Amino acid sequence: MKIRLISFAAAFAMTTLAPVMASAADLTVGLASEPSSIDPHYHNLGPNNEMRRHIFESLIWQDEQQKLTPLLATSWEPTSETTWEFKLRKGVKFHDGSDFTARDFVYTACRIPTVPNSPSSFTIYTSAMKKIETPDPHTLIIHTEKPYPLLPVELAVWGIISATANGVTGDITFNPDGTGCGITSFPQTKEFNSGQATIGTGMFKYGEYVKGDRYVMNRNDAYWGEGTEWDTVTFKPITNSAARVAALLAGDVDFISKPPTQDLERLESEPDITLSSMGSNRVIYLHMDQYGPSTPGVKGTGAPDGTYEGEGPCATSACEKNPLLDRRVRQALSKAINRDAIVDKVMGGYAVAAGELLPQGFFGTNEGAKPEAYDPEGAKKLLVEAGYPNGFELVLGTPNDRYINDAKIAQAIAQMFTRVGIKTSVNAMTKSVFFATRNKYEFSLYLAGWGSGTGEMSSPMRALVGTRDKSRGLGGTNRGRYSNPVIDDMIMEALSTVDDDKRATLLAESSRMAMEDYAILPLHFEVTIWAHRSDLSYGARADQYTMAIGINSKK
Amino acid sequence: MLAFTVRRLLQSVIVLFVMSIIVFLGIYAIGNPVDILINPEADIAEQEATIRRLGLDKPVWTQYFTFLTNVLQGDLGTSFVHNEPALLIILERLPATMELAVGAVGLAIIIGIPAGIIAGLYPDSIIGRGIMAGSILGFSLPTFWVGLMLIMLFSVMLGWLPASGRGDTVGFLGVQVSFLTWDGLTHIFLPAFNLALFKMSLVIRLARAGTREVMLQDYIKFARAKGLSNVRVIGVHVLKNILIPVVTVLGLELGSVIAFAVVTETVFAWPGIGKLLIDSIGNLDRPLVVAYLLMTVTMFIIINFVVDILYSLLDPRVRLGDMKA
Repeated sequence: MKIRLISFAAAFAMTTLAPVMASAADLTVGLASEPSSIDPHYHNLGPNNEMRRHIFESLIWQDEQQKLTPLLATSWEPTSETTWEFKLRKGVKFHDGSDFTARDFVYTACRIPTVPNSPSSFTIYTSAMKKIETPDPHTLIIHTEKPYPLLPVELAVWGIISATANGVTGDITFNPDGTGCGITSFPQTKEFNSGQATIGTGMFKYGEYVKGDRYVMNRNDAYWGEGTEWDTVTFKPITNSAARVAALLAGDVDFISKPPTQDLERLESEPDITLSSMGSNRVIYLHMDQYGPSTPGVKGTGAPDGTYEGEGPCATSACEKNPLLDRRVRQALSKAINRDAIVDKVMGGYAVAAGELLPQGFFGTNEGAKPEAYDPEGAKKLLVEAGYPNGFELVLGTPNDRYINDAKIAQAIAQMFTRVGIKTSVNAMTKSVFFATRNKYEFSLYLAGWGSGTGEMSSPMRALVGTRDKSRGLGGTNRGRYSNPVIDDMIMEALSTVDDDKRATLLAESSRMAMEDYAILPLHFEVTIWAHRSDLSYGARADQYTMAIGINSKK
Repeated sequence: MLAFTVRRLLQSVIVLFVMSIIVFLGIYAIGNPVDILINPEADIAEQEATIRRLGLDKPVWTQYFTFLTNVLQGDLGTSFVHNEPALLIILERLPATMELAVGAVGLAIIIGIPAGIIAGLYPDSIIGRGIMAGSILGFSLPTFWVGLMLIMLFSVMLGWLPASGRGDTVGFLGVQVSFLTWDGLTHIFLPAFNLALFKMSLVIRLARAGTREVMLQDYIKFARAKGLSNVRVIGVHVLKNILIPVVTVLGLELGSVIAFAVVTETVFAWPGIGKLLIDSIGNLDRPLVVAYLLMTVTMFIIINFVVDILYSLLDPRVRLGDMKA
């Protein structure tokens, strides 16, 4: 009897527990990764920056293709090699009703270097500014020490907070030393998380933030521009991809980012669900150790020609000769990779084979740069020429939870290499372990990805190809340690050339040289996919950001 | 009694101390959190500045002693990822896990005990065999897969229950809980059921074995001889006697449900501490992971301590003074 009662109660409960239908102007978005904080200047990373853009606007906007368009600044131009003038939009109000003026920009620039404990600071985007003048409330004149063409794009990366709302009245004088321009107290990270300080000019206002569960935003009815059609947008972090797809299918969420490749067919067959996709600027590449005479992940090449000096495991333990110093070997590796097969078979068609580090059409690319053609016979010939007729053994390192299908791509490449005589095994690991291992130079060959925040060639060239050099700011992620002084000089020159045409030519030339030298092997560009209700549309973005700003209902 | 308490407390402190060293060194050995947290566009100078800012450039023993000094002053450290006190973040998310755990154990009891008694009363019937077969499934099917199947069935195909998240919450005694709202209840049912399956199977087996044993006892025969109704014999005499092992086991299981509901929380995007732990390990957020495990160990120490005390109260033959625990 008891059992029957219970099962009856359960059945009753289930039939009446129908999910509450959301009203038409509410939107729920399932995110693959959660922002670590609502503070717009605490953590400079994708998940935080995409959320930031809803609430805090920057001077300049990056459109779907990362082209710069006016936002809080209506126009900008260099007035000399080292000065820029920005005209600011009039009539813009913060969420608390205070006016947006040049003062707020200076206030924000002062706060950025003072944010405590930042694991990834925005100072990399403010350090170029040496002096800021505000001749009137809607004009900014920014001085840089050296010619600095990246200033506008860097001003698109950080959002502006209100000086008045945070209790600062009167003029603020910018001081580049990073100590806060004499302002003693800035709002703390936790005040942004609680919403108290979350006051921007964006088309959305802070609603509620529950870490790990949801971030709710409401429409800003006093927005200066066209605004959004959504009354309320709720972002839910659903990190497990199968659960994210299930939540979309169940109607819990209207829109999800990064549906897994194996579920795409299923999602496409659903009449109520549509996929939006866009070729991203994230390139998946192979870095090859080109540092010392020996390298840790290679066997069967014999004793090295010299002694290994510097950082890396070969400094303390015995390693064999590094074949990757030979351009012919690097070329052979490139020819051995069937990029089209990876795109079709591993990526389900959602990728574009790469011939450079940025897709065609982006700033500083070479028009018509083609991916290396698949040529296993040519690869074998090159290996013979280089003195490795019997090939050698190689370990390919890869993360298995960082990029789309990363470990599967590595498996496919290992088979392709093995086919031309380079017996390759894959060492796949979780991203935290992978990046730590990579940064200790324990890989001879590794797979990784690069998304260009600026959308121009200077980004990958500076970080991945430039020689590691602290004083010049080059090679921050160049763990293959390729080094070519000619390319370095070209990158440095491009980075201080304000004239866009000249800079594009310099960058394109440096990229062409790096590709010709097989400094790094680009594989493909990820195509980012979003899945959503069929009655929605998304302005899909090359920077892979998921933002309610681009989501509209079809009318 | 006093000597026992003092000895146990001292042991607990040593356990906590050793634990903190192991976890601290373990995460240090994996790598540098800045490698994952920093924007790749940052140049070498900025990378080094960030490592300095977070105090990660110092030797590991210096870092550990800084941590230890702070702990003794009641500060478990600030999360690298969230820039808020680690303990605060954990306590914020603890209610979600607590209600999930209590819900799961509650379901395990409500469904498990009657099912176990039936299986014990009619071991050879179809129902009895069916329940036992079901409990084998509950033991052996992976939680992850069952969770996804539950979502597919109840959320996607039938559309009865939401697939993920926590739903509406209301403040109750100063914490946010969801079991007091209808929307919250609909959200908690599937994850609680998923988490309960294993415990339920455990309870069914304990209840069944207990019932079979108790039914043969003299006092049951005597009760029947006295002419007591079947309902009273089973509902009072049998039930009371099979509860002792069930309560003991579930008490300990509650601890493990709270600490390690990781899989269920991940599948259902439940914002509890299990999901927090997994995310934090992925980000090498050392202060959070260390604080979490210290808290978990403390919780287990307290549960064990309470269980020992309870034993002595329940069974006078157990003298705490003699226990070498």
